[in-house]
Amino acid sequence: MSGIKRYLIRKTLIYTLTFFLAVTIDFIIPRMMPGDPIGVLLSRFATLPEATKYLHGYFVQAFGLNKPLWEQYLSFWNAVLHGDLGVSIYYYPKPVTEILKAAIPYDLALLFPALVASWFVGNWLGAIAGKNRKLDSYLMPVFYFLQASPYFWFAILLSYLFTFKLGWFPISGAYSYGIIPSLSWEFIKDYLYHWILPFLSLFMVQLGGWAIGMRNMIIYEVEADYIRYLEALGASERTLMKHAFKNAMLPQVTGLAIQLGLLVAGNVTVQIVFSYPGIGYVLMQGIMNQDYFLIQGAFLVIILTVLIANFTIDLLYALIDPRVRTSYTEEGA
Amino acid sequence: MSLKRTLRIALKNSKFKVGIAIVTIMAIFALLGPLTTPFDNMGYYPIKFGNTTFPKPTTPSLPPMSQDTVYGSSGVVNVTHYLGTDSFGRDIYAQLTYGMRSSFFIGIVAGGLATLLGLLIGFVAGYKGGWTDESLMILTNIMLVIPTMALLIIIAAYLPYRGTGIESLIIGLTAWPWAARAVRAQTLSLKNREFVNLARLSGLSDLRIIFGEIMPNMISYVFMVFILQFGGSILAAVGLDFIGLGPTRGMSLGIMLQQAVLWNAVTLGYWWWAIPPGLVIAILITGLYFINTGLDEVFNPRLRGGGE
Repeated sequence: MSGIKRYLIRKTLIYTLTFFLAVTIDFIIPRMMPGDPIGVLLSRFATLPEATKYLHGYFVQAFGLNKPLWEQYLSFWNAVLHGDLGVSIYYYPKPVTEILKAAIPYDLALLFPALVASWFVGNWLGAIAGKNRKLDSYLMPVFYFLQASPYFWFAILLSYLFTFKLGWFPISGAYSYGIIPSLSWEFIKDYLYHWILPFLSLFMVQLGGWAIGMRNMIIYEVEADYIRYLEALGASERTLMKHAFKNAMLPQVTGLAIQLGLLVAGNVTVQIVFSYPGIGYVLMQGIMNQDYFLIQGAFLVIILTVLIANFTIDLLYALIDPRVRTSYTEEGA
Repeated sequence: MSLKRTLRIALKNSKFKVGIAIVTIMAIFALLGPLTTPFDNMGYYPIKFGNTTFPKPTTPSLPPMSQDTVYGSSGVVNVTHYLGTDSFGRDIYAQLTYGMRSSFFIGIVAGGLATLLGLLIGFVAGYKGGWTDESLMILTNIMLVIPTMALLIIIAAYLPYRGTGIESLIIGLTAWPWAARAVRAQTLSLKNREFVNLARLSGLSDLRIIFGEIMPNMISYVFMVFILQFGGSILAAVGLDFIGLGPTRGMSLGIMLQQAVLWNAVTLGYWWWAIPPGLVIAILITGLYFINTGLDEVFNPRLRGGGE
């Protein structure tokens, strides 16, 4: 079997297992925790005692709580695989899947550009700092501060400066009132205007981490034997940096996996600051209103997004690092 | 490298010194700050009537350094709001310093727990190898992919009563994977060094080798892992508090920020409510990063370069 194939099989296995575990967690935790979710759900209808009686029966049936646990588990899987995540309480009677479907495009429009842009700009700035000691002493504290900031706090800071002080950008939402989301130029312009601050919050904080990582790697690599050897051979500065950069890049690609989780979490909180209608905002509504179906659904969507993204990163990694192909042929899985 | 020598070199490193200074100042603020304010942890002014205490709000929305008067049981009291008050008349400085205290608590407990778990799992995986290693690493990789925050959300959302202790526990139990991976790599590289082989040849037991030979060489590394876990736990807790899954009672830096956003502190221009809670966290964690980089330079002379 070729190395790359083995690598892919192994990765697929891990991700399938992770997905399996995530769905199981999503199933178990609400049932394991103290307190009675149905009681909480019903307290929303406390003013209607008649309805409560009827609803209790309905919810027990809907959760399938009157059946044995393994049967509940199987039907939970069945529902998840059919894209049925229940009905939202807060947005009653909208199905959770529908709410999440409407939110996802807003998330992707924010997350993807923020991740890609911060990765490129951060690595570029980090490489510059790693090469230039003097510049490094000014840049490094800035990078650290960015990386140390909670995403949503940075969002608050930006909105204070650019909205309250300067009045340049709108404070909240993804588009102005009175505009209907469509693919018209007018909407896109309005959307981008609302998009800039949430984007910048994610971009700036994330950039700090990439820059620091790259800076450290470059400093290591520049001192490595192979660079010394190249230097002794009389290779140009450009050639040296090209090789150092290429090697320093690899951990930065692996780092995407860890950063992605943090970015997704940051995204959730930043959306709350700007009332930006993505998954994060929906999740907050779910938490504030104890809408458990919504929370469970959002959890699954977040995990699934991260899994798909990680799988893509792994594919990318196999393409750029030739060692993956060889190592998996040598020692097997 | 002996601990004394390490410390001597470290104290010559400017990044390490800056970091230590920042973290020490913040620790003092967290520890002694509450003694410098007459207000309670929620920012109310406690008024005593016999054995019961009534928390009393003061004038709302005052800017920093405002003078204010409280009508207490023993007459009129003059107070200064160093950082002003929020929309409910609660003192911001008091909330901030008590909030810092609970952040430190979470950092130490959750960060400590995560470091311990990471150390244990990474170490066992690296030292034992084989199937133990394989299965522990599969677990680690799975935990690594599931975003900690998502896991925290789903756990915290179903806990009806949450305190700082529980919050630390669930953060600690979910934050260990990257530490385990790093420790495992370290163990793998140490395990086949000559001095370890020598110890094995001379018939020392596994435990003696682990604690006598390998551990002392990893202490510095473990300390650096702890620093990062400490900072990471504080950030995780702030995020969790911010989305409304923090302690169900009391105050924290994340809850301050949540309330500032919910009550439009930014649109009202109350920067003293919305900015300081995040700023102190960012400064504290910047300090931690500085310590870490400083230590890194101490342990890897290559990083030091010509400048220092």
